[in-house]
Amino acid sequence: MQITGAEAVMRTLEALGVDTVFGYPGGAILPAYDPLIDADFTHVLVRHEQGAVHMAEGYAHATGRVGVCIVTSGPAATNLVTGLTDAMMDSIPVLAITGQVATSAIGSDAFQEADVTGITMPITKHNELVHAPERIAPAIKEAYHVARSGRPGPVLVDLPKDVLNATFEWEWDDTVDLPGYRPTVRGHGKMIREALELIAAAERPVIYAGGGLVRAGAADELYRFVTRLALPVVTTLMARGVFPDTHELAVGMPGMHGHFAAVRALQEADLLVTLGARFDDRVTGRLDAFAPHAKVLQVDVDPAEIGKNRDVDVPIVGDLKVVLGQINGVLDDRQERGEHDRFVPDTTAWRAHLADLRRDHPLRCEQPETGVLKPQTAIRAIHATWGDDAVYVSGVGQHQMWAAQLIPYTRSRQWINSGGLGTMGFAVPAAIGAKVGVGPDVPVVAIDGDGCFQMTFQELASAVQHGIPVVFCVINNGYLGMVRQWQHLFYEDRLSQVELPQDCPDLLKLAEAYQIPGFRASTVDELDAVLSKARAITDQPVLVELRVDPDEMVFPMVPSGASNDELLESAEEWHARVAAEQA
Amino acid sequence: MYHDRHTLSVLVENRPGVLARIAGMFARRGYNIRSLAVGPTDDERISRLTIVVGTEAVQLEQIIKQLNKLVHVLKIVELDEEISVERELQLVKVTADAQTRSQIIEIADVFRAKIVDVDHDALTIEASGNPGKLEAMLDLLEPYGIREMVRSGTIALARGTRAITDGSKLRMQRVV
Repeated sequence: MQITGAEAVMRTLEALGVDTVFGYPGGAILPAYDPLIDADFTHVLVRHEQGAVHMAEGYAHATGRVGVCIVTSGPAATNLVTGLTDAMMDSIPVLAITGQVATSAIGSDAFQEADVTGITMPITKHNELVHAPERIAPAIKEAYHVARSGRPGPVLVDLPKDVLNATFEWEWDDTVDLPGYRPTVRGHGKMIREALELIAAAERPVIYAGGGLVRAGAADELYRFVTRLALPVVTTLMARGVFPDTHELAVGMPGMHGHFAAVRALQEADLLVTLGARFDDRVTGRLDAFAPHAKVLQVDVDPAEIGKNRDVDVPIVGDLKVVLGQINGVLDDRQERGEHDRFVPDTTAWRAHLADLRRDHPLRCEQPETGVLKPQTAIRAIHATWGDDAVYVSGVGQHQMWAAQLIPYTRSRQWINSGGLGTMGFAVPAAIGAKVGVGPDVPVVAIDGDGCFQMTFQELASAVQHGIPVVFCVINNGYLGMVRQWQHLFYEDRLSQVELPQDCPDLLKLAEAYQIPGFRASTVDELDAVLSKARAITDQPVLVELRVDPDEMVFPMVPSGASNDELLESAEEWHARVAAEQA
Repeated sequence: MYHDRHTLSVLVENRPGVLARIAGMFARRGYNIRSLAVGPTDDERISRLTIVVGTEAVQLEQIIKQLNKLVHVLKIVELDEEISVERELQLVKVTADAQTRSQIIEIADVFRAKIVDVDHDALTIEASGNPGKLEAMLDLLEPYGIREMVRSGTIALARGTRAITDGSKLRMQRVV
């Protein structure tokens, strides 16, 4: 049967089971937007292409499926760059389809031409410029497969206009032919046995759980593995919720703004059981002072992550769900033979020590009973209002760190944020994408900052137009809070270009302009009433502004470049240290 | 800082942009390419690159892993200098008049190089060999006046019977 390249795009996406694409039409992609009218999937029209790719990320992050976005050539494609990089850094499966000028015009500096495969080469897992209509289905199919398998990531397919318009004989088969792409799935049996011996011999083991566990959908296998061996768990920013914070083995989040006990757990450990984590500088602090007493067991689907930043004693390459399944299998086997207990290290004293640290070093916040609203109080109240059922999506900065620290996450994919790239403006579109993914029964609450919110709030219109009921909470402190915090601590409080007037824009008027309910609390006294009103609205987007104390800072904090042993619990501690050094 | 020299043979799918992918990966991760040669293989779907990198062993492992992540890269083998044959091709244009011409030809003969062009006051010499040999010849020609020269990247094969094209990875296979 003869069809056009554009029709082939739609058929391929349908065959892959895509239910939603996020996009924005334009010149070169126009041919695809005609058969899209009759396609079997929903199209969410965004207001900026960056919104499309972040929505695809939010969708993918929330569901584990591939998020798809489709935009035109040139400026539209370059507007994807931030989101693709974000997806690359956080291993989010995204398929980006871009229009391109006609093959005859490529290289001529044609209108809306950009070398998109060239531009996105370093920020995608793979990409392809398609030269013939016969190649469309294989290219998209391969892209989809590469995006979601192995270490997930973004893949881009660039489609010239003449290729979209050309007709050809349609054929479909559901295989892919990628001789150079074969991710390792199963772990090496010998290494798995060595790993279990290493754990059995440890006195102070810690599970260093990373985002790879979420990507692999390995939460159940992790739970079984961790609880049977009674191993304390820290969950990184990207892994919050993959092991429930409410469990007694959960020690919290490590890193620059991690929980005190979690940071100490890694520093004092004699074994890091590293699962889908990558020794990011925000976790390790000064690398040569990180976890100085620990041997390292590392499991990752990406061999390049193993030993990249830290030498590894026992490496296992494989899919975390499969490898943890294998490990549990070995332990089950030993259990049948009555040899299980030999593999359970005695962590009683170690766990008691960590419990003491947790008790003695809680997160600090002094909230007056009336008047000024502390951001920490605001975020705790958001969690109290929407509860454990909701998915929380954040931007980047102080609000992100508080939301990561303060909310006890209880399940995988409950916490969505931009970790590796630190993309301000992520929350609004990612929350919309996440809501599309999780459906009507699960509330999606964006916890955003006033700086972040102003980068992407144009997507409120997309949420309104498509009836996507996300709760957008803006923690408004009138500043780029995290930058201000650094200027305060490390630049003698010389504030430079960090003030964003708290009343500009007027967010209630903005809500009104977007025809959605808007609420504001400026004091702790108003907080609960405002949140209950917002909670009652479930059939349309709602905007909640929480005006908070701009002087509040995020602690604990490891100063940039310092060792994790220099973890600060308050600004006073830092000022005292500086004063002592000067004296 | 001194870096070891490592020679990698890389088989890649013969696709548009594959060289840019590889060169870009080296550039953005701060790896140093000393020499690069690309050419066809006996299978038209596959090209072979010989990449010489100057790096420590730890970084070499990371380079190989990052190369392996490129979808179009099929196979990577590090060639041990001791048990492989490495060659570069060099063309040198040397100032040569009636007096010096015969001396230069003598030097070329010692290195089993060929005279490929002669003019009134210049000679062009074609030489192949390992980088050390070519350096030595250049050193001897230098006093006569080198007008210009060009040298290819290193190409290399392991000695013995085995070929890196042996084995299943190379055959185009269906996956999933």
